[in-house]
Amino acid sequence: MTRHIRNLVDQAAGAIKAGVSRREVIVTGVGAGGALLVGCSLGDAMSVGSPVKVGEFGPFLKIDTSGAVTVVSKHIEFGQGNHAGLAAIVAEELDADWSRVRVEQAPANAKLYANLGMGVQGTGGSSAIANSWPQLRKAGAAARAMFVQAAASKWQVNAAEITVKDGIVSHAASNKAAGFGELLADAAKVTPPETPVLKDPKSFTLIGTDRVRRKDSVAKSNGTAKFTQDVQEEGLLVAMVAHAPRFGGKMKSFDDAAARKVPGVVDVFKIPSGVAVVAQNTWAAKQGRAALTVEWDEEKAEKRGSDALLAEYRKIAAGQGPADLKWTAFDSKGDIASATEGELFEVAYDFPYLAHASMEPMNCVARVKGNNASLSFGSQIPTIDQLNTAKIVGNLPGAVQIETLFAGGSFGRRANFQSDYVVECVHIAKKVGKGTPVKLVWDREDDMRAGYFRPLVHHDLKIRLDKDGFPASWRHRVVSQSIMKGSPTGTPKLDETAVEGALGSPYLKATPIVDAQLALPDVDVPVLWWRSVGATHTAFVMEHTIDQLARKAGKDPIEYRRALYTKADAKRHLAVLDLAVEKAGPTATEGYARGVAVHESFGSVVAQIAEVKIAPGGVEPRVGRVVTAIDCGTAISPDQIAAQMEGGTCYGLSAALFGEITLKDGVVEQSNFDTYRVLRINESPTVETYILPSGNAPSGVGEPGTPVIGPAVANALLAMGRPATLSQPMVKAVKAA
Amino acid sequence: MAVNLEINGKPVTAKAADDTPLLWVVRDELGLTGTKFGCGVAQCGACTVHIDGQATRSCVTPISAVAGMKITTIEGLGGAHPAQQAWAKLDVPQCGYCQSGQIMSAAALLAEKPRPSDEEIDAAMSGNICRCGTYQRIRAAIKEASGISAALPKTAEAVPAAAGANQGAR
Repeated sequence: MTRHIRNLVDQAAGAIKAGVSRREVIVTGVGAGGALLVGCSLGDAMSVGSPVKVGEFGPFLKIDTSGAVTVVSKHIEFGQGNHAGLAAIVAEELDADWSRVRVEQAPANAKLYANLGMGVQGTGGSSAIANSWPQLRKAGAAARAMFVQAAASKWQVNAAEITVKDGIVSHAASNKAAGFGELLADAAKVTPPETPVLKDPKSFTLIGTDRVRRKDSVAKSNGTAKFTQDVQEEGLLVAMVAHAPRFGGKMKSFDDAAARKVPGVVDVFKIPSGVAVVAQNTWAAKQGRAALTVEWDEEKAEKRGSDALLAEYRKIAAGQGPADLKWTAFDSKGDIASATEGELFEVAYDFPYLAHASMEPMNCVARVKGNNASLSFGSQIPTIDQLNTAKIVGNLPGAVQIETLFAGGSFGRRANFQSDYVVECVHIAKKVGKGTPVKLVWDREDDMRAGYFRPLVHHDLKIRLDKDGFPASWRHRVVSQSIMKGSPTGTPKLDETAVEGALGSPYLKATPIVDAQLALPDVDVPVLWWRSVGATHTAFVMEHTIDQLARKAGKDPIEYRRALYTKADAKRHLAVLDLAVEKAGPTATEGYARGVAVHESFGSVVAQIAEVKIAPGGVEPRVGRVVTAIDCGTAISPDQIAAQMEGGTCYGLSAALFGEITLKDGVVEQSNFDTYRVLRINESPTVETYILPSGNAPSGVGEPGTPVIGPAVANALLAMGRPATLSQPMVKAVKAA
Repeated sequence: MAVNLEINGKPVTAKAADDTPLLWVVRDELGLTGTKFGCGVAQCGACTVHIDGQATRSCVTPISAVAGMKITTIEGLGGAHPAQQAWAKLDVPQCGYCQSGQIMSAAALLAEKPRPSDEEIDAAMSGNICRCGTYQRIRAAIKEASGISAALPKTAEAVPAAAGANQGAR
């Protein structure tokens, strides 16, 4: 996701710099927008406004006279634990007292707070720690050097003899010591070093230890942590929106007479995405919306159902799709036509649409006054949200202020190129005007039916085996909607979000002849990245296929994988597999069968050995112990890495077992957790996490734990002698008639 | 119609219409935002409060049905409740949005069964969804709060970069 967003921003930033898209950026309110341009170069279009109090120690670090340290996070915290990790990186190099370090969320400012992997401010692709690693080490080390220099000058001693520990600067020989607070005024006068000396990782005392724990657990255990839903301010209005039942539907007409009679309803009006009901409180807005009568124009709406789409995808994979639908090759080599020898293994898989279904449904607070907009919400890609808001209010993107709050999960949903729910809120706030705060609230049904789903995907594989039962040729067809089609740059030549994980697979590396191709048919259902993106299906396809091949060859699935990893020189895969095997021990818990899976995503490699049994009643798989081994480079917070493995496993398992959004004639059939089943505590596994020692830079943790459990469970079912799992979810919902 | 009730030990008169769910009275009228909206149909448990000590989904409880009753929200739990302490100690929350409801369900369970078994925990907590998947820490935290020694699953000690290769379970 990181690299894909970078493409967009290169284009947007380039256009703004060139002045080409000024008219596009400032669509309305040209007068006032023009006035704002005075004294502001276009090159700074992304960083005007959003004033940032840059302290003495740069944009990421503030220290007060009491010696308390505040680390400013450019990344949103929606569960991943990145705030703890980011703060620990600074605190380590600063030698701060960890108990006196707090974290503050950065405002929107692409210039100061860009994700260095994206080029814009944003969180995604499991990149928060990875992209911040060098930047925050430097920030901490520079500040430390300034305190040391300040102390050396003040005490008239050699700086090299000064030590810093837990926020105390000391000089042993002269028996002098002072806290950061006491030295603050002097340190602020020191010129920050350009290239501060970073610690030798061997001398880390905080990073990699169990002391690196979350900073928000108390606030999230006593109800004080503030989410978008919790914004309450003087004069705040709550809005809910009636949306078209089908994607692409438009409002034709509406009758608001009854809605306006609901006590507390303030206004009802049309916005581009439907009909907005604005009220004094949430319940009134909901009652008002329920009282609306809306007629929809669905002539151009998407009316195909999931079954019809899957049938179409299968035809496409069989080469019977539309003539103008292009295939794009990836990882292909050799001449597949020459591969006619050896036993043929054929398998195909179907994956449904999935909703992110974060616990906090999408929501946003906006205040619009003239051309000025100020927003408070869980903004995942503030720069894109600024761009989309700026277009509506007629201002420079950087002039749009965003206060980023905790989000009650996202899993990718809060990051999309259209800023769908943000734009909806801004349209309403603009109509209300006067800077009145408007909180857009989606209920669970809105959230589940709004699309931006993990795409429906079909995989078709035809593999020929060599005499030892290993793949000699691998023909692979993937049919899916393009996530990147929604970007301003459109679908790239190869939309990697649809194939990553098959793309780059060690199994393809180890196969002499590969013919892998992707087709991206157009469907008017909004699709989006969903925790681990392409790996949500590719990991399943590759890992479950490999297990079937191993069994076909009469080989142990672990040994079969080892042979292929050795052939592909996939050392990290081998290492995590070995670690998981070692930690799992030789025998499964009584009554359980084991399945293994290994997958690399977001720079990290995860191996899992899952113990599975069939639940009483004889239908549903239940997962007990899950042994997880991860190579994520340098581990900043082992506890939070474990937390992400635990949570990622549950998220992936929930989808594999139960997750399914279906369309009937274009209408989403699910609406709430009664029809979109998710994993509950009585169905949840016990995950053990083992972290491979590594001297490499940190890589992703938030997503890599998600895609591995599905195939591990399917492989355990194979071990029980059950058939292969060719479609998901494994447990089909009983649909209401 | 005004409804009199007691919230977190204080008498309160709610002005909302009779059919207004307790959730929205607590959040929008009284400003107690620790109780969360998740589903609106008693499927996820994010809105869990105690009504006369019973864990109850406030999103489907009309305000008129709780007249004269004692309501406790997460704010009324005090902050030092054993469940809250255990939650913080074990870093249970991830996004945190469901955790008020989880803790209210756990507190009601612990009040009834001070030393719950795994099965009792599953039964009491399966109405509370956590999409971040913090379930195993919730289980551990309930045991921690009940004084049952609950070892979290082992996590290997991450070895600082280049510091060596001695990796071992803690």
